[in-house]
Order: sequence, then structure tokens, then C-alpha cells
Amino acid sequence: MRSLRSSLVVCSLLVSSLGLAACGSDDEDSSTTPSASGGDVELTVYSGRDEELVAPLLDRFEQREGIKLKVRYGDSAELAATIREEGDRSPADVYFGQDAGALGALAKGGALAELPAETLDRVGPGRRSTDGRWVGTSGRVRVMAYDKRELKPSDLPDSVFGLTDPKWKGKVAWAPTNASFQAFVTAMRKIHGEDRTAEWLEAMKDNDTEAYDKNGLIRDAVAAGEVQIGLINHYYVSQKRAEEKDPEAYPVALHFPRGDVGSLINVAGGGVLASSDHQDEARRLIDFLLEREAQEYFRSETAEYPLAAGVEPLDSLPKLADVPQPDLDLSDIDDLEGTLKLLERTGVL
Amino acid sequence: MTTRALIAGRGGHGPPRPLLLVATLVGAAVALPAIYLLVVVAGDLDGAADALWRERTARLLGQSALLAGAVAASAAALAVPLAWITVCSDLPGRRAWAFLVTLPLVVPSYVGAYVLVATLGPRGLVHEVLAAPLGIERLPSIYGFVGAWLVLTLVTYPLVLIPARAALRRADPSQLEAARGLGAGPWRIARTVVLPQISPAVAAGSLIAALYALSDFGAVSILRFDSFTRVIHQSYRASFDRTGPAVLAAVLILLMVVLVALEARVRRRGGHHRTGPGAGRPPAPVPLGRWRIPALLLCGTLVTVALVLPVGVLAVWALHGTETLPWDELRAATGNSLLTAGLAAVIAVAVTAPAAWLGARHRRRRVVRAVEAAHHGGYALPHIVVALALVYFGVRVVPWAYQTLGMAIFALVLLYVPLALGVLRSTVLQIPPSLEEAARGLGRSRMAVARTVLLPLARPGVLAGLALVFLTAIKELPAMVLLAPTEFDTLATVLWQQTNLSVFERAAVPALVLLAISAPPLALLMGRER
Repeated sequence: MRSLRSSLVVCSLLVSSLGLAACGSDDEDSSTTPSASGGDVELTVYSGRDEELVAPLLDRFEQREGIKLKVRYGDSAELAATIREEGDRSPADVYFGQDAGALGALAKGGALAELPAETLDRVGPGRRSTDGRWVGTSGRVRVMAYDKRELKPSDLPDSVFGLTDPKWKGKVAWAPTNASFQAFVTAMRKIHGEDRTAEWLEAMKDNDTEAYDKNGLIRDAVAAGEVQIGLINHYYVSQKRAEEKDPEAYPVALHFPRGDVGSLINVAGGGVLASSDHQDEARRLIDFLLEREAQEYFRSETAEYPLAAGVEPLDSLPKLADVPQPDLDLSDIDDLEGTLKLLERTGVL
Repeated sequence: MTTRALIAGRGGHGPPRPLLLVATLVGAAVALPAIYLLVVVAGDLDGAADALWRERTARLLGQSALLAGAVAASAAALAVPLAWITVCSDLPGRRAWAFLVTLPLVVPSYVGAYVLVATLGPRGLVHEVLAAPLGIERLPSIYGFVGAWLVLTLVTYPLVLIPARAALRRADPSQLEAARGLGAGPWRIARTVVLPQISPAVAAGSLIAALYALSDFGAVSILRFDSFTRVIHQSYRASFDRTGPAVLAAVLILLMVVLVALEARVRRRGGHHRTGPGAGRPPAPVPLGRWRIPALLLCGTLVTVALVLPVGVLAVWALHGTETLPWDELRAATGNSLLTAGLAAVIAVAVTAPAAWLGARHRRRRVVRAVEAAHHGGYALPHIVVALALVYFGVRVVPWAYQTLGMAIFALVLLYVPLALGVLRSTVLQIPPSLEEAARGLGRSRMAVARTVLLPLARPGVLAGLALVFLTAIKELPAMVLLAPTEFDTLATVLWQQTNLSVFERAAVPALVLLAISAPPLALLMGRER
């Protein structure tokens, strides 16, 4: 029968793909129940940070501590939403996220357990949640990435508020849909108030600021000379620079406006789920991320700012102490909803 | 004797119980996301009312409905002539064209959107090569409605084309020949004979295209068109509150119900099956004459825009890339993609068959219509909502299956059952019930009739259903990210990871592999066409 034959064709296709798949998946047992006491503990990590960037580091933890990790990589916000749906049945033990926003949302929803004081004290105040439920593991700084073929450092304004000047018309890029940009706007609202932020957004829009979808695209646009200044996170440039044959020749440089919201430090960080049956092991992972080895990894591999263990940032970057911060607690920039409303109202989104 | 009379005459017997039971179970499973939304909304009625009564909701409803309508209309407008040209005409190489014009289905909408930006965007290829030398500072913006409509049309018209071609291939050539013999001109034949034969398939396909447009996130987010999906995604990001997005998603379901009802109306008009003997016979190809060049142009343009261009841009990116993905990873992801999409296709087609048969044979029954409508489940929903609904139920009801391969396949089946439903049902509609009745009258059991009469006759529809589900499921992202076993990568998730890193050069390779591995199953299925 012909229909039978064609389903056989489909089935044989499936079988051959099974063979291929077998090389890739090695999940012998995906049970989510806690293992019997004494046996090998396995931690499930929900990581909003990219596999490419953090997998080698997590591998080192496995080797060193003998604790096996199962890591689910995804979007920070979507994984946080998943934990919300799972409630206290979540298979996750640790949440490792891209920005303070999603961590704050999880803490607010009661999904994260309190961390011990000695863990929290490894990083400076303001780099952890005020209620002690998450801790920043590495820092990312908002910068003006500029085209150094066209501009000298002295040409650049000392605040993002200077970018509304007509001389920058059409020469600046931003990424309104990007989470880091939105966190920056939330911070601006906290520091400068709703009205001044709205004014700035509108003035920037009227100044023909170019909207891009992603930070990386902005960096490339600056490198290609399409725009002169981009509002992005520092490591997009630092990572790319490090990959270049001649880093000095890379045309994009960083400007950190002093004490301005334009050089805000945000963090990637982690927390332990309150529902986890492996609180001790989960905390060990968080502690590991704050130790020298991991902090050095963040410096050299992801070009982020180390936040603990006395590790200094890359030589091409200013020290954290030399990036004076506006007066703001990261735990306070959790009103993303208000920011989205403002971005919508001003027509930026 | 018309089908209407036939069906009315059969009104006395109820639909077979076991079949109805199976269809009801499948419908209930597919409707899980809708049930989840009810649970969430009912849990926070005040918050739900707040989130609903905003000026924005009305605006979004208008925008999304507009996009869905426009995409469905343009997809059908492209697909119907294409289907006819590639099935009925003497177009040179029509088999090859049929294959090539179907392939854009596998281009994920976000890849299509990136390609559009890369070509027609403010600093795209066209600007660089054509506009800038001519001194044109800025091209008209592709962002917003126009861009989203264009990209979604180009990735969804195959959803109409596949069922339309299946319907044409099952169509009864004797009707056409009779009309011609009676002296009807080609346009009259098209209107009175061909279109009625394929209208249920086209309507079902257009519905699916419209629902796809409603649920799409990739294109609308990259091209910045404010639809429900985009706002739903944003509010998931914005807070821990789940009522807001759930309410918007519920509105989408209502919109879908309206569309499903519209489609059912189109379908209810008249009969479609052949009156002659059951064995299909290929119609004699219609000479295109002076329409040959326009027909070739249509096919050629579409293939260029919807297939060659994306592949070309991806190939350029791939060549630019300095680093490539490790081969092992790519191979594993390829295997996983084939495995999940293949299983999902076979299972989705199998479990949809009862509802498709009931929908064709017992469509007057209210219970059948309800079960059928439930089969559309959450197809209009952003897939992130469907995935979260399954997270909610999975972890509570079947914790042992949560985040296993079975769960991921279940999610894919649930997501893509509506694709199979339309094409299978229109296939059954074209098979005269008298054949089944005759076989039953000769003492065959229902199962035996299904196996020996229905299945062989429904073959084009079954193959089309398999192709549709396979090619669509292979690019699924949110369900795989949230529900597949931990550390189980597919090409779509690898692709997503790479674009997330803003390394488009590296995203190009998995995207090309995705296109490449989708081609053989499609060729295989089309090669089985008689």
C-alpha cells in the first residue's frame, strides 16, 4: 500500500535521525526529585546568560566541586516566567540571570531564598539585593561607544543629556527594545524624575537618534561609520576589540561619562531558589561565581567587571573606582513596567 | 445530488462514538493553553479587568486583526495561482517549481525579518548598492506594518499553497472536462469549478496563515510592529505579574474564534467531492499559451525573494564568519531537530484524523463543530504563552514527564495540530461518502474502511499534512527552550543563541542547515506525488 510505504519513508527518516540525536543527548534520567541522601548531587541551573559565555566556567565548577550541573539556557525573562509558573515545584536550584531586573522580579515574587551574609559581603553594597536574595556576580557598565576616527575624547559630552545637542543630530544610536537600555532608563527615572526623563527621550527622538534592535548591531554600526556614538554596554566593544588582530586599530572606543547615569553599572547575578532541596550545594555555586577563579574568568573571557575577590578589570578599561556612580541602589531599578509605559508614551518604543 | 443533500440525509445517524471520544480528548489537550489562561484570569479578576480596559487593548486588537487579515489575503492571493500553475498547467519544470515555491515555509520569520532589514533596511544592501550612488539619502522605512506584512506573507503563503495543491490534485478532472465540453471559458471554469473545489482548503490554509501572523513574535519584534504578541512578550519581561499577558492572550483567543467561525462559513458553502469513481486520475495539463511567461515570472520572482535572497544573505554571512560552530554540536542539533519535528508530524497527523473525518462528514453536529474548534487550541497564541501553559500543567499534573523529550513532542503536537486539521479535513471532503458507505455495506469494519478506502484516497492530504507540520515544527523555539530536556539543543535553539550573541555570521550556519535539512523531506514528500 502506497500510504504505508510513504509512512515507512518518514519513519526511516526518524530512525536515522535518532542515531544522530543519540550523539548529542545524554540525559539518562531527567527526574527532578532530590537524589537519595549521600549520593551524587545534581544541580539544575536556569541560565539567562548565554551558553557560549558561561558554559566553560560552569564546567570548572563541576570538576572542582564534583557536583554535576544541568543547565537550561534561555532568555532571562522567559526563564524567570517559567519559575513563576513552576512555583515551588520548580526543578531549578539556581537562577543565573543577565540583569538585576529579572532577579529583582524573582525576589519580589518570593521565589528566591535568602543568601548568607558572608556570600553577600563578597561584593560591595549596591551590587546585591537589599533583602539579600540575589547577588551580582559581574558588572556591566553603560557607555558611549564612539568612533575614534571621527571624535576625540574631549569632543564627547560629559552626560547623556548632552546628546540632545543639535550637533549630534542623526549621529547617535540606541536600542529601545534592549533590556539593558530599559534598565538605564529606569535608573534615569529614579535619579532625574519622570518629567526630565520624558523630556530627554523626546529630545533624543527629535534629534534623529537611530534605533537598533541589539547592542551588537550598534557597535558594528559605529565601527562601520554609520553613526558616531552608540549607547550600549561596555563589553560589546571590549570583547570585539579583544578578538581583533590589532586591538589598537579597532575604531570603536569607550567613553564613561563621570557620575552620570550614562555610565551606570548594572550586574549579572544569581540567586538560590527557595524551593530547592539542595540549598547548600546551590549556595556553593553562587560562592564559586564570586571566587577569584570565576571573577578572573569574567574579566578575561566576557570582558565584564569583576565585582569580588579583588580582581581588577581588563587593562583597557578604567577601574570601577574611576567610574563614579550616580547615587542609586540597583535594587531600586525594578519598575520596568513604568519604563515601558514611558517609552511607549514618548513614542520611543 | 449535492453533498448538502447527502449530508442532510445522513443527519439521522450520529457520529461514531469512539471516534468522537478520541477527537474530544485530542481537542481537550489542544485547548490546554486556553484553559490555562482561564485559570490565570479567574485567579485575578480585578487585575484582569484593569489590564483589559485600556485604550491600548483596542488599538492592539485593531493592529493585530489588520495584520492577520492582510497576511491571510495576500498569502491566498499568491498561493491560489501558484497552486494551479504547479498542478494543472503545462509550466516547464512544474514539479521543481512546486518544490521551490513551497520551501520558504522553513524560513523562520525572524530570519526573514533580519534579511529584510539587511536588504531594504536604512543601511541595507539596496541602499548601499542602488540608493546611495543615486544620492538617495533614505529609503522608505520598512519598519512597522509594511515590513511585518511582507515578511509574514512570504513565510506563510506555503501554508495555503500546500493544502491548495493537495486539493487540486484530488479534484475531479471530469467536472472540469464537462464544463469545458459545455463551452465554458477558462475564467468561468476557474470560478465555477476549480475554486469551489479548492475553497475549503484555501480557507483552511488562510485561516492558518492568519493565526500564524497573530502568534508571530520574530518578525513583529524585529520590524517593530505593535501587535499583541510583542506587547505580551514585553509584559512578561516587565514584571512577575502574569495576569496582564494572560488577558491579552485571552483576547487573541477570542479573535481566533471569530476567524475560525469565518472559515467555517466559507467551508459550509456546498460540496467538493468528486462524483465519479474513487480512483484519482491526473488531469490533462492545461496549456498556458501566452500566460507562460507571466507564470514563470511569478514563480521566479517568488523563489528569488522568498528563498534565494535569504539563502544568499545567509551564505554571505556564513562566509564572513571567522568562527564556526563545533561540528559535533551542529550534528547533534540537526539530529534533534529532525527527530522532534518528524515525530511531531507523524503524531499530529495521526491524532488529528478523527476530528478531520468528523468535521468533513458530520459538520452539522454542534458537538463536532465544538470539538473541531477546540483543535485550533492556542494556534493564535504567542508560543511563549503555550509553552508557559504547559510548564504550569506539566509540573503539576505529570511531574515525571516535565522537561522530557515526550513533553517537548507533546508541545509540538499541540501547537501544530491545527495545521494538520485543515488539510486533512479538506481531503476527506473531496472523497465521496458513498464509497465509505459502499464498503461498510459490504460488511467491512470502520477500521478496515479507513485503512483500505480512506487512507489510499487521502494520501495527498496526509503527505501535505506531514509536510506542513514537519516544516513548521522544525523551527519552533519557545516550546523547545522551556520544555525540552535540559541541554537538548535543536537547530532553532542554536540559531537563537547565536543571534542573541549578536553574531549573525555564526547564526547563518545553523540557519542554512535548517533550510538544507528541510529540503529532502519536502522533496521526498513531493516526489511521492503521482
